[in-house]
Amino acid sequence: MITFSNILIDGLAYGMVLFVIAVGLSVTLGLMRFVNLSHGAFAMVGGYCVALLTRELQWSFWIAVPLAVLATGLLGALLEALVLRHLYQRKELDQVLFTIGLTFVLIASTNALVGPQVQMVQLPPSLSGSVDLGFRTLPAQRLLVIGVGLAVAVLAALTVTRTRFGIWLRAAVDHAGTASTLGIPIRRVQCLTFAAGAAMAGLGGVLGAEVMPLEPYYALKYLVLVLVVVAVGGMGSIAGSLCAAIVLGLIETASKYLASDWGSLFFFAAMALFLAWRPNGLLKR
Amino acid sequence: MNALSLFKTRALASPQDGDGDAASPRCAPAWRAPLVMLALGLAACLLLPDQLGLLTRIFIMGLFVLSLDLVVGIAGLATLGHAAMFGVGAYAAGVFALRVMPDPLVGLAVGVLAGAVLAAATGAFLLRYQGFTFLMLTVAVAQMVLSLAHKARDWTGGDDGLSGYVMGPLLGQFQFDLEGRLAAFYALAVLVVCFYAARRLVDSPFGMAVRGIHENRARMAALGTPVYRRLWGMYAAAGALAGAAGALSAQTTAVVGLDSLSFSLSAEALVMLILGGAGRLSGALVGAAVFLVLHHTAASINPYHWLFVVGGLLMLVVLVSPAKAVAWLRNRRGGRA
Repeated sequence: MITFSNILIDGLAYGMVLFVIAVGLSVTLGLMRFVNLSHGAFAMVGGYCVALLTRELQWSFWIAVPLAVLATGLLGALLEALVLRHLYQRKELDQVLFTIGLTFVLIASTNALVGPQVQMVQLPPSLSGSVDLGFRTLPAQRLLVIGVGLAVAVLAALTVTRTRFGIWLRAAVDHAGTASTLGIPIRRVQCLTFAAGAAMAGLGGVLGAEVMPLEPYYALKYLVLVLVVVAVGGMGSIAGSLCAAIVLGLIETASKYLASDWGSLFFFAAMALFLAWRPNGLLKR
Repeated sequence: MNALSLFKTRALASPQDGDGDAASPRCAPAWRAPLVMLALGLAACLLLPDQLGLLTRIFIMGLFVLSLDLVVGIAGLATLGHAAMFGVGAYAAGVFALRVMPDPLVGLAVGVLAGAVLAAATGAFLLRYQGFTFLMLTVAVAQMVLSLAHKARDWTGGDDGLSGYVMGPLLGQFQFDLEGRLAAFYALAVLVVCFYAARRLVDSPFGMAVRGIHENRARMAALGTPVYRRLWGMYAAAGALAGAAGALSAQTTAVVGLDSLSFSLSAEALVMLILGGAGRLSGALVGAAVFLVLHHTAASINPYHWLFVVGGLLMLVVLVSPAKAVAWLRNRRGGRA
């Protein structure tokens, strides 16, 4: 029973981390048709920022996190505005190669600047303890991760469906030419969307530092997991990504608890089954 | 092997063989490129006797990238799971040498068979899907094979790798030497033979049909080509070649690790293919050679240094594609003259 609830909590938290990192990729891949394999690097940048700010400069965790998210978003906006926007019209293979190359360079720069060792994100005392919920005590960090994941899901869904910006985004995706004739600032919409996705990835990198250790190869190591979530959830579908991330997170955690010597077999088997069943995403028929 | 030899006989029976045939569009005979490669490879082996290890690695990876080109460049199926066939071929050859008999050529056949069987079995499932779904499913299959190899510790050695087997003499009389001289010649010979086979396969009516499917799937289906069966055949043939490359790797290095099944091997092979240019077979060999030589020189200075080089190179290739650069140069020279 204890194992079961542990799997449930850890799996949910893991799934939420996957979701927060994957949601930006899902949006750029599904809505902007841009294959961005450097997305994992954004998560790495966010995590590194917090780890360095709290350890070297002794900043408070609560100031460092928003700053790191902002910095990651800025980096995303900068890259988009300078280089990546020229690749929107190119073939998928070109986009894949360029962003993989970018990831390599970011990995090498991280190593050159910070070094190859694993970075720890120091949690503040209020998060490293546990919370008594009456029926059980749970680690505060897990609860925070789950809460943030849900908040991101709701916020992203509301932004895309309810706000002026979301309408602009969907218009720009459906027909960029018409949208720009109607006075929608296409370039700003694309740049902001990309930056928001990068910022979310940075947040995910911070939240998940405990389960996905921060090191230079982080950007490639967990890229496959994030791509799996996006593929199973369906490109561009926020709700689909959430479902996929939670289900896959639970499966991965359960297999780590119960059958660790099988590695990631069950994770990928589940992914293959889901994709075979619904090739366009879990929630799309 | 079965599938491959079938296509080879078909290719041999194809009528467009005669060089004097006016209707034949091909200019270079199929044996020219492999022969040039054989000459270059031999020259490299004789001129650089200190670098035989690197050369052997280039021949093996060249064969692997060649098989990837059959899937990506010829059939137009983007895959990131090609290492599965390489690794299975390597493990099959290693286990065969350890448990059954150490003869290299029989082991090579076993590796080819293992690669082809795995490709045929997984291809039957994978090829129902297209595009991004296909790409992600190939990743899933490769990762599942990796997990299984990790689990089957009794057979594969798990994390420690499979080692402790000694290859017998090649053809019953040439012993593998410590310098790796025979290993290099052996790998080169297999590569040349496979290159010729791949050339014939691609130029055969079967290969033409697969290239047609790459250009326009719907139109080929309308012409009556069994799209799924043709792609499946090509995927199995590519699996056989990848298995051969894996078996060569297992036999020449006498150790098989889990990294021969890894995602990064698939990704690296794809990078090599793009560097050399996909869809032309010879590009695969050029890409593998350039990539590995760069890797060898840059990584001997600093392993992370190497990532700067390959990352920058990749971005450069995309921004300034080789074809565009050549056109630009030609324009400038034409403008001056």
